[in-house]
Amino acid sequence: MDKPQYNTDIVRSFIHWSVLWGLVAVLVGVVVSIQMTNPELNFAPYFTFGRLRPIHTNAGIYGWGVGTIFAMFIYIAQRLCKVRLWSDKLATFQLWLFNTTITASAITLLLGYTTSKEYHEMEWPIDVMVVILWVVFSINIIMTIIKRKEEQMYISLWYMMAALVGVAILYLVNSAAVPVSFFKSYSAFAGTNDANVEWWFGHNAVAMVLTAPPLAMFYYFLPKSTGVPIYSHKISIISFWSLIFMYLWTGAHHLLWTPIPDWIQTLAMAFSLMLIAPSWGSVINGYMSMKGQWHQMRENYLVKFLILGITFYGLQTLQGPMQAIRSFSAFIHYTDWVPAHIHMGTMGWVSMISFASIYYMVPRIYGKELYSIPLANLHFWLVLIGQLIWTISLWIAGVLQAGMWNAMNPDGSLTYTFMETMVEMYPYWWARTFGGLLFLSGVLVFIFNLVKTCRSGKETVPSGATAEGRV
Amino acid sequence: MWEKNPILLLVLATVVIMIGTTVTVIVPFMSVNTEADRISSVKPYTPLQQEGRDLYIREGCNNCHSQTVRPLVSEVLRYGEYSKSGEFVYDRPFLWGSKRTGPDLARLGGKYPDAWHYKHMAAPRTMVPGSNMPDYGWMKENLLDPKMIERKMKVLGFPYTSEQLSALGDNNEMDAIVAYLQKLGSDIPWRKAAQTTIIGNITNPYAGASHDTMEPWEELYEGNCAACHGEHMEGEIGPNLAGISLEDQELFQIVFNGIAAGGMPSFGNLGTNKVWQLVNYIKYYNQTEDH
Repeated sequence: MDKPQYNTDIVRSFIHWSVLWGLVAVLVGVVVSIQMTNPELNFAPYFTFGRLRPIHTNAGIYGWGVGTIFAMFIYIAQRLCKVRLWSDKLATFQLWLFNTTITASAITLLLGYTTSKEYHEMEWPIDVMVVILWVVFSINIIMTIIKRKEEQMYISLWYMMAALVGVAILYLVNSAAVPVSFFKSYSAFAGTNDANVEWWFGHNAVAMVLTAPPLAMFYYFLPKSTGVPIYSHKISIISFWSLIFMYLWTGAHHLLWTPIPDWIQTLAMAFSLMLIAPSWGSVINGYMSMKGQWHQMRENYLVKFLILGITFYGLQTLQGPMQAIRSFSAFIHYTDWVPAHIHMGTMGWVSMISFASIYYMVPRIYGKELYSIPLANLHFWLVLIGQLIWTISLWIAGVLQAGMWNAMNPDGSLTYTFMETMVEMYPYWWARTFGGLLFLSGVLVFIFNLVKTCRSGKETVPSGATAEGRV
Repeated sequence: MWEKNPILLLVLATVVIMIGTTVTVIVPFMSVNTEADRISSVKPYTPLQQEGRDLYIREGCNNCHSQTVRPLVSEVLRYGEYSKSGEFVYDRPFLWGSKRTGPDLARLGGKYPDAWHYKHMAAPRTMVPGSNMPDYGWMKENLLDPKMIERKMKVLGFPYTSEQLSALGDNNEMDAIVAYLQKLGSDIPWRKAAQTTIIGNITNPYAGASHDTMEPWEELYEGNCAACHGEHMEGEIGPNLAGISLEDQELFQIVFNGIAAGGMPSFGNLGTNKVWQLVNYIKYYNQTEDH
């Protein structure tokens, strides 16, 4: 059978850059975590916690996350559609606009040009760049799907297309602003309305960037890695539609007990709990697909990354709804518990799946075997243990601080001042930095392994035959 | 069918996404920030305050400080009256935050005198031992740009006078951010309403306490009072307390409720017991000293 000539060069370039931005995100993360224990390491005006933290989050979500999504969408879409990418030129333009956008974001954030909206800090000129980037990307993917040679669209393509429209809607609405100058704008919305729009965006950015695309990767790379198909097509369909329906109602669970109207909070809480079903639909579908294949957890490093990834997705989607319950939110919100929750998602779920996807794609793109499977295993354990130390220490810290914030004396006065509770956090913050350093060392092993694979990995069979991997 | 038709899938996905969006994001615009939640005493920011707000945003203060007090007992005790929607109608963007590495600032306005803020911004740990906040003393070196600020006020549609603008020429970034911090949450007269009225006779439970009894209370003084009244009560931002001649009951009232006009915070949330310990420490500790 004639294999179409897929565009793998662009996939390779996106992988290179996304891994580089991932390294930046983790490095800056370690730096800001040290700044929290050692405030003398803030170097004003540019290198202070307040300016660096958005660089950490945006490099992570947009550089590492979206960069990997670009690579993976282009790789998977071509294979699932059995055609070459619609336009190579658009994709090359997209690559350089992507890097320009991320670089411009980092520089402007350092200079203090920020909207302050979490995960959407960049000022309006960068919003314009992001919109162009997303439109170019969407056109290329949708056109590739339209001219496909395979009639049926596989699960991964559904999640990818939902992400394309989802991100577009969220980003456009939340970036509505009135410019004062090239570097300063004011949100189009005020106060409570602005908060409601921002967290509708914030939480659904998690849905459309950090959930749907990694699920697309999972549904594609798990069967590819194990060699057996996904357990249930029906579960996939139900999970997909209910997931993208329910997510959009839940943003206000970030705003429980704030002046947001009560009914929006109640809806957000109810839908957050309902979201357990579609989330666990995918988790169970993944686990059941391993039926008879569990021995691969020992033999196949890709499966280890993928199954641990979907496990953390399962834990994340239980913990999240729990935090969305009013009474628990009253206790835990604003403490260090919350960053621990986020990092189980980003380090445990999204990054694990992304590592697996990249490990799968790189040898096939280069037509070489992975340089070292023991190193891939070392990478696995470093990022797993790093993440666990990171999150568990801050969960403990969060519960401790929440308890101290709420502690009251018999006469009705507060037991602790704010500072008495804050200084208790230092040991846990140190533990977090240690966990972050382990994760960083894992990422360095990953990069070393990839570089060695490209430079000196053993040639596999002629690259044409491997371009598609195992079918 | 949708599994074989990408355009249909895209349309369906958009519709499905827009249902929750419409109900929870678009519909609320009809009720939020309307007459229903307007509070007449809430006023737009002055040019200096607005610039301070923009500097708060520039420095990413919202990464560590929230600005909403939730209607929960411990929160109202710690920070003050819970936040109302109508208090934020001039906030573009909102700055409620999501993490309290530092304390909530929604009710900071009027808690401390300006002098406290200048010192604290420049060197946080001199005022709050153990704090991990970065130093912002360098903001004093940067002057404001009145032209740019006027443009901002026009975009926001906030009223301003030419006197306010010309006064900006003499201000630096630190002046602006302190002006903003002093406005936070102070548009409603909650501080006065929250004051405890002490009725009947109150008696000092530690009257006649010995020097040794009072010794452990030094820590309370150092943690809560020393930053403003000096390590040895010699006074600095707040007045000299050495040899203070107020009655026990008067001193108790001041420590418990603070002095809103003078910028002294209330320490009522320490509880009556600790407040009495402070009163006794301040008034009698040095008198009972043996040497």
